[in-house]
Amino acid sequence: MADDHHGPTVRIYLAVFASLMFLTALTVWVAFQDLGMFNDVVALGIACTKATIVILFFMHVKYASRLTWLLAGAGILFLLILFAFAMADYVSRGWLGMPASHYLQ
Amino acid sequence: MAITEQDVQASEDAPSVNYLNNGYGLKSWLLTKDHKRIAVLYIISISIFFALGGLFASLVRFELMTPEGDLMSSDTYNKVFSMHGIIMVFFFLVPSIPATIGNFLVPIMVGAKDLAFPRINLLSWYVYVVAGILGTIAVVGGGVDTGWTFYTPYSSTYSNSNVILAAMAAFMAGFSSILTGLNFVVTIHTMRAPGMTWFRLPLFVWSHYATSIIMLLGTPVIAITLVLLMLERGFGFGFFDPNLGGDPVLFQHLFWFYSHPAVYIMILPSMGVMSEMVAAVARKRVFGYEFVAFSSVAIAILGFLVWGHHMFVSSQSTYAGMVFSIITFLVAVPSAIKTFNWTATLYKGSIVYDTSMFYVYGYLGLFLVGGLTGLFLSSMGLDIHLHDTYFVVAHFHYIMVGGQVMGYLGGMHFWWPKITGKMFPDICGKISALLVFLGFNFTFFPQFILGYMGMPRRYHVYPEEFQILNVASSLGASLLALGYLVPGVYLTWSIFKGPKAPDNPWGAKGLEWETTSPPPTFNFEETPVVTEEAYQYGQIEEH
Repeated sequence: MADDHHGPTVRIYLAVFASLMFLTALTVWVAFQDLGMFNDVVALGIACTKATIVILFFMHVKYASRLTWLLAGAGILFLLILFAFAMADYVSRGWLGMPASHYLQ
Repeated sequence: MAITEQDVQASEDAPSVNYLNNGYGLKSWLLTKDHKRIAVLYIISISIFFALGGLFASLVRFELMTPEGDLMSSDTYNKVFSMHGIIMVFFFLVPSIPATIGNFLVPIMVGAKDLAFPRINLLSWYVYVVAGILGTIAVVGGGVDTGWTFYTPYSSTYSNSNVILAAMAAFMAGFSSILTGLNFVVTIHTMRAPGMTWFRLPLFVWSHYATSIIMLLGTPVIAITLVLLMLERGFGFGFFDPNLGGDPVLFQHLFWFYSHPAVYIMILPSMGVMSEMVAAVARKRVFGYEFVAFSSVAIAILGFLVWGHHMFVSSQSTYAGMVFSIITFLVAVPSAIKTFNWTATLYKGSIVYDTSMFYVYGYLGLFLVGGLTGLFLSSMGLDIHLHDTYFVVAHFHYIMVGGQVMGYLGGMHFWWPKITGKMFPDICGKISALLVFLGFNFTFFPQFILGYMGMPRRYHVYPEEFQILNVASSLGASLLALGYLVPGVYLTWSIFKGPKAPDNPWGAKGLEWETTSPPPTFNFEETPVVTEEAYQYGQIEEH
């Protein structure tokens, strides 16, 4: 397998570990700041960055074959489908302007 | 098909060492890395859970013989139908074909010696067994009463039963199927024999590939959903309980994101079995091979976009419901492609009326009814009337039992000579297929009427006017149980007393029929070289 020969070096592992620690500290610090509507955006942004680093380096996807990239990408695509369709429900619930029970009366 | 003396002679000339007699000790089985032995371990395990789930189903049908709740209390009834659902879905239906027939056949069909990760394959069985033990402890320790759907906030806040244990069992069973799916994807991509191109793969392999994609992409979602449920129930985290700032409908979104595609985890392998059997009994290449292959992938993908049709009467947005409804109708297209193409394959085929044919007919009939009644339920307006009634129960049993179990039993009969090296009495196979088909219809068709008349599911006390149909359903269930027991008897008999099976008793095409019955440990004496497309049964003369 390609990734057996071209995996990350110890130096990269240490750098990744340091990045994850820094981002964790940043998450804690941000949690105590009032960023208004950006509270969730920033928290999720940091979490996604950490997940990306883990997937690329700790899970070796960066060094893997294109097929592995395809499968990892499919996982992310389906996660986006989950988010998109679930959010479509939450966003459009109020569009009728009145409770559905109104029509049953 | 008649077995000739040459066939038997060929079988007797086969190598004397095969996967079954290559070691007899318990250790040789429990530590095996041979995919065929692991498949046999799975067959034994899921048969135990099928029997257990069937026992709970029998209790439900006994209780529903009368309008009063005279056999058990409401609490007990809730636990009985919940355990029936949890055991059947997570411990029988999901692993049934992939982990047994699929495990046995996928490497052989692609011309490989084993799956890509034999140790992970064995691990998947152990994970499954531990999950099964946890589930059994949940049953013995008082049961669980949430239904197999574990809906919140009842499951996370109010239920006094073994929710965490049962959820943990389902969680672990999910990991078992992730490992199986991973093995299939890697094997199909990397271990095909020389000449075995994607469009020479048997449709059984295509359907298992599509199934594996769902297992890999969907199962982690149910796993994390069950973890969230356990965290809320155990530690008071607020994900789904409105009192804690959560949303119960969010649970339904997450649950059905996996659990609707899970229906396709159950039915797609069964469709693969049907494709193989239809070609063999019609002695023809499957009509529209490429369309049938791609329809499996289409079902796998579309299946992820329809989960909201389970939530039309929750507080889900009407607009989201409309989108889910339309896409649900679309799923009928690839399903219909398969059904039409199997029928077209039979057209002008040299039909062999053996046990496999009986199961093919049974499957086509039951899946057709199950699929078409699904269209009723994907219509938003009609679903409001039918939601949570016996109509839904009948519909999904036609798919998940009528379709899936018919495929499982049909496949077990079709490949039984290959798996065990022994033949079963064909007449017994035909009788069992008839019993299952008739028993199934007697059991579940009355439930369509009951549901349309308004009988809700999960109730054990009902108005007297529903009794006749419920009694009919329960009597049908007795016939169905007989149909499931009979194969257990004669298939077991065949292992000890049945005549030796030739290498290719049905005259079928495919690499599995070119190796011995039962196959050697590494499947083939020499790595096969594939030079032709699948199902080259020869041209049928036009008249």
